[in-house]
Amino acid sequence: MSTFQLNAENLLCPMPVIRTQDKIATLQSGDILEVTCTDPGVLSDIPAWCRINGHKLLDSGQTGRIITLEIEVVHEEED
Amino acid sequence: MTKRKAVALISGGLDSLLAAKVIQDQGIHVEGINFYTGFCVEGHTHAIRKKDKAKPKRNNALWSAEQLGMKLHIIDIAEEYKDIVINPKHGYGAHLNPCLDCKIFMVNKALDWANDNGFDFIITGEVIGQRPKSQRKETMPIIARESGAHDRLLRPLCAQNLPATLPEREGWIKRDELFGFSGRSRKPQIELADKLGFEEFAQPAGGCCFLTDEAYSKKLADLWEFRGEKRYELDDIMLLKIGRHIRPAPNFKMIISREEGENNFLEGYRKQFLHLRTISHNGPLTLIDGEPTADNIEVAARIAARFSQGKQAELVQVKATFPDGQSKVLEVTPILPTEIPQSWYI
Repeated sequence: MSTFQLNAENLLCPMPVIRTQDKIATLQSGDILEVTCTDPGVLSDIPAWCRINGHKLLDSGQTGRIITLEIEVVHEEED
Repeated sequence: MTKRKAVALISGGLDSLLAAKVIQDQGIHVEGINFYTGFCVEGHTHAIRKKDKAKPKRNNALWSAEQLGMKLHIIDIAEEYKDIVINPKHGYGAHLNPCLDCKIFMVNKALDWANDNGFDFIITGEVIGQRPKSQRKETMPIIARESGAHDRLLRPLCAQNLPATLPEREGWIKRDELFGFSGRSRKPQIELADKLGFEEFAQPAGGCCFLTDEAYSKKLADLWEFRGEKRYELDDIMLLKIGRHIRPAPNFKMIISREEGENNFLEGYRKQFLHLRTISHNGPLTLIDGEPTADNIEVAARIAARFSQGKQAELVQVKATFPDGQSKVLEVTPILPTEIPQSWYI
C-alpha cells in the first residue's frame, strides 16, 4: 500500500474528477490518493464519483483556497 | 446465462437518465459514459460565477449515475473534439452546434469503449423529433451507421418507432417494454420519470452544450473571424464563457469581468494578457486579447473606466500591465455609453 499525490489545482470541474479517475485507474486497491484542488465543485463531485465507483473517501478539508481530498482505492475483484 | 452489459451515454439530463433506467430494469448491467468536450455548460460556469453560488454545484452526470446506482466513466475528448467543431461533415445547427457530427463521434467513442471493456451494446436517450438537428427520424440511421455501432445502438425511449436492434432481436431486451416517444413534447418523459420514481432531475434548455447558445456561438465566430482561421485552444473557449466581450477594433478585443467570481477567474489569465485595472476606483479586471496600438489601449482604458465605480468621475486612473510585467498608468475620461456602438459588443 502506497500513498500518491495528485495536483488538480486551478482546474475546473469536471477536470479534477477526470484526473482523479485516470490516476486511480493506475493504482492498486489499498493505495491512498491525496488530491489537491481549488474548484469548490470538487467537494460535491469527487465524493459522488467515489461513491458510485466504490472508492472510499477518507477525508476532505480546505485550507485557504486549497481543497484536499484523501481517497482509498478500492478496485472490484473480477468475477 | 451471461448477464449482458450496456454502456449508456449520460449527459446529466432526464432522457439519458430514463433510457439507462429502462434498460437496467430489464436486468442488464449498465455503466455510464460521459464525455467532456470543453463546451459543457455545467461545472465550469457554475464554479466561476458568483451569482450561481446558490445553485447546487453538482455534476448532473455524476448525480444521474448515483441515482441509478451505476458506475460512470468521464472521458476527456476535448482535444479530438476540435475537429468536430471546426469541420463538421454534416454542418452546424442553428448556431455553431455540430450536433449530428457530435452524436456520431460520441457513439463511436462509446463503441470503442464498449469493445475494449466487453460491453454488448450502447444506449442513448435520443427521442425522434426532440432536437431539430440531430434527433430526427432520418438522422437516427445515419448516427448508427457512421458511428459504426449499427444495430448495437439502442434508443430505449423511441425504440418502438425504429427497426429492432441486436439486443431486441436476440431477446436480451423486451421490445414491448421499450417506448415509442416522438416529438418535442417533454410530457412522456416527465410521466415516465414520475412512474420510475424520479422526483428531481436536470432539464437544461437547449441541452448541456455552450455551442447551442447563440451568444456563445457569436463569440466563437468572432474569434475565428479576427484570427483569420478556424482554430481554438481550451483557454480560448473557457474565456468565451465568461465576461463582457467588446471589440472596439479588429486588432483587439476586451474581456471585462461582470462580477467577483469572473474577476477571480480572469486573475488566473492576467499574466498571459495585457490587462487593465482601475486603480483610482474599484472596477473589474479587463483582459485585452490581440495586438492593440497605444491609441487602442487608451480607448480600452476609457471603456474599462466606464465599467468601474468611477464611471461618473471626471478622470479615472487605469493601470495597464503587459505580459512582460511592464506597466503604465493612464489617466482617462470614462467613455460615455453613447460612444460605445452596439456593434462593439460581441
